[in-house]
Amino acid sequence: MKHTLSVLVENKPGVLARVAGLFARRGFNIDSLAVGVTERPEISRMTVVVDVEEHSLEQVYKQLNKLVNVIKVVDLPDENSVQRELVLVKVKAEAKTRAEIIEIVEIFRGKIVDVGKGSLSMEVTGPSSKLSAFEDLLKPYGVVELVRTGNIALPRG
Amino acid sequence: MNGAQALIRSLEKEGVELVFGYPGGVMLPVYDALFDSKKINHVLTRHEQGAAHAADGYARATGKVGVCMATSGPGATNLVTGIATANMDSVPLVAITGQVGTHVIGTDAFQEADTTGITLPVVKHNYLVKDPSDIPQVVQEAFLIASTGRPGAVVIDMPVDMSRADIDFKYPEKKTSLPGYKPTTAGHARQIKVAARMIMASRQPVIYAGGGVTTSGAAKELKELALLLDFPVTTTLLGKGVFPETHRLSLGMLGMHGTSYANYVMMKTDLIIAVGARFDDRITGRLDTFAPDAKVIHIDIDPAEIGKNVPADVPIVGDAKTVLRELLGNLAPRIKESGPPDIKAWQQQIKKWKKEYPLTVPEGGLRPQYVVSEIYRLTKGKAVVVTDVGQHQMWSAQFYKTVRPRQFISSGGLGTMGFGLPASIGVKLGVPGERVINIAGDGSLQMNSQELATAVLNNLDITIALINNGYLGMVRQWQELFYDKRYSHTHLRRGESPDFVKLAEAYGARGMRVTEADQVEPALKEAFKIKAGPVLIDFIVEQEENVFPMVAPGASLDDMIGG
Ligand SMILES: Cc1ncc(C[n+]2csc(CCOP(=O)(O)OP(=O)(O)O)c2C)c(N)n1
Ligand SMILES: [Mg+2]
Repeated sequence: MKHTLSVLVENKPGVLARVAGLFARRGFNIDSLAVGVTERPEISRMTVVVDVEEHSLEQVYKQLNKLVNVIKVVDLPDENSVQRELVLVKVKAEAKTRAEIIEIVEIFRGKIVDVGKGSLSMEVTGPSSKLSAFEDLLKPYGVVELVRTGNIALPRG
Repeated sequence: MNGAQALIRSLEKEGVELVFGYPGGVMLPVYDALFDSKKINHVLTRHEQGAAHAADGYARATGKVGVCMATSGPGATNLVTGIATANMDSVPLVAITGQVGTHVIGTDAFQEADTTGITLPVVKHNYLVKDPSDIPQVVQEAFLIASTGRPGAVVIDMPVDMSRADIDFKYPEKKTSLPGYKPTTAGHARQIKVAARMIMASRQPVIYAGGGVTTSGAAKELKELALLLDFPVTTTLLGKGVFPETHRLSLGMLGMHGTSYANYVMMKTDLIIAVGARFDDRITGRLDTFAPDAKVIHIDIDPAEIGKNVPADVPIVGDAKTVLRELLGNLAPRIKESGPPDIKAWQQQIKKWKKEYPLTVPEGGLRPQYVVSEIYRLTKGKAVVVTDVGQHQMWSAQFYKTVRPRQFISSGGLGTMGFGLPASIGVKLGVPGERVINIAGDGSLQMNSQELATAVLNNLDITIALINNGYLGMVRQWQELFYDKRYSHTHLRRGESPDFVKLAEAYGARGMRVTEADQVEPALKEAFKIKAGPVLIDFIVEQEENVFPMVAPGASLDDMIGG
């Protein structure tokens, strides 16, 4: 099962390696990992999406907490958190498909960010599932390149 | 004052009296500062691995933090096995490594190795000093982290320009926690109550104790608990001595080469009280058949150990001593009211198992088990025993009964051959008043035999009892049992090379050879009389002796060969 963990860490060199190394070493599968600053400059937040069973989740949680630079770990279930991800996609676009593609982007409240000769680039934000649906709809046109930021999340309320 | 001097001053502030190490280019400033220290003695080993194991042995014998140091690159990589060995067994160790200057880090400079990267998976924490004014604080944090909670190894990587830089030395106020580091010590009150009730209701209980009891200094509380309830106690390899093995309630060691009765007890018990032990695979055997009827109370300071391998019915995170005190306090009135739980039938059963499956020394020839039991007899069970890794280690665990913590010193988690001799050096320097016996293997000893020089030059009267079976015996045993006796590369060609007596003599130690059972006693007695330095006794034992009982890897704990 997928779980989104929000990991508050001290903003010190090597912390990312410690966290990533822990996942690799203990055989926990990471779906995505996003790191960024928080409202406090000395603290960073890592949002990690892991695909593990309940028993392993407990181990992930406890092992993370053992890292000296990890301050706090919270599991953020979908219903109690706001989760967002951003995708950048470049798709093939010919004269006759262009309008259709733009329409899809609009439905997803996305933005066209670059227009090329035979392609369109766009961004969409939202929960990961929405991004995946968006990706699926674009596939038939021919996805040239695609990148996702990985999930970030905050607890609700 | 420069950074190197600040480092040494900081070590002094932490109460360090002894470090083991080996110098090199980027460590010159540190060694220069060390030259002036009146408080810190340095022991020059003959290999950095020896320094790490010696510091580890010192820490295991004394409970203090062991300190070792080495230069960058090869010096640091040579420490790694020792660091991992200590960390796996939760031994407080601080390792200081030199590093190339910060301006050349990442350029593959001469003797550069990414020490923090290499050691990351085998330490509790590590530091790369990037600002010389951080040095005092880094040292203080390193000692705090190494020695508290579940202890472990901490590496401080010191670039040479940090050692040379000028700083204003000010040692910070004593810290007890860091933002992300707050070990839990007291047990949860409700859990203690639940545990006490479970204990009172049990009819076939067992106390299963590990190295955490030693670390916590909880042997007294453990004994109180066992006696209050009249419950049997089994220990892990690292837990040897936390409960006197000569006591009627002791079941000795459990697990792969544990006593049959300890293993039967584990499989039939209705309640395991685990204290400072982690249900390692060498303990449980096949997990899905392990202790099928048992409820589990698991007391450990490391929350990640609880429920990792075996689910706990009552998890209690905390320091063993504190938790056991709390538990004793809760149990006392209950026992006063209704008496201890009635486990008479269980005790009868255990008595029967003990009688039916005792550990015995086989007859004829010169048997390794006989050598160990003679060492036990002639030291009156009082020596500190330091082992290497292999069959001789298991025979030592089986036949040298220990009565106090820190009496049996062995690499458990990592199982590091070559640990014994250098660790003995650290032990002897840590507890100079104790008789120290290194029960060694002929394979293991050759992994760090250079440390004979260190032992000789420091006049350490260590008895090296070499169980010379001419084989990498433990591996040969597995080949015999599971690989059709195909002894692929486990024969050490005893008698051809080396001559261990001459090896000892070459280093200036005394060497003796024993080939017959009746020479064991006189040889040991003579060795014990020599106080001037180490004595090596080369016991030429039966070559193809096996360690029994044995739970085959992956087999159920009560499925023992020779048990
Ligand atoms: C550094 C290291 N290398 C390899 C092993 C695997 N191993 C475990 S026991 C053993 C044999 C040890 O031989 P010896 O020291 O002669 O002890 P014996 O088993 O013969 O008593 C080996 C090779 C190990 N534990 N450590
Ligand atoms: Mg051998």
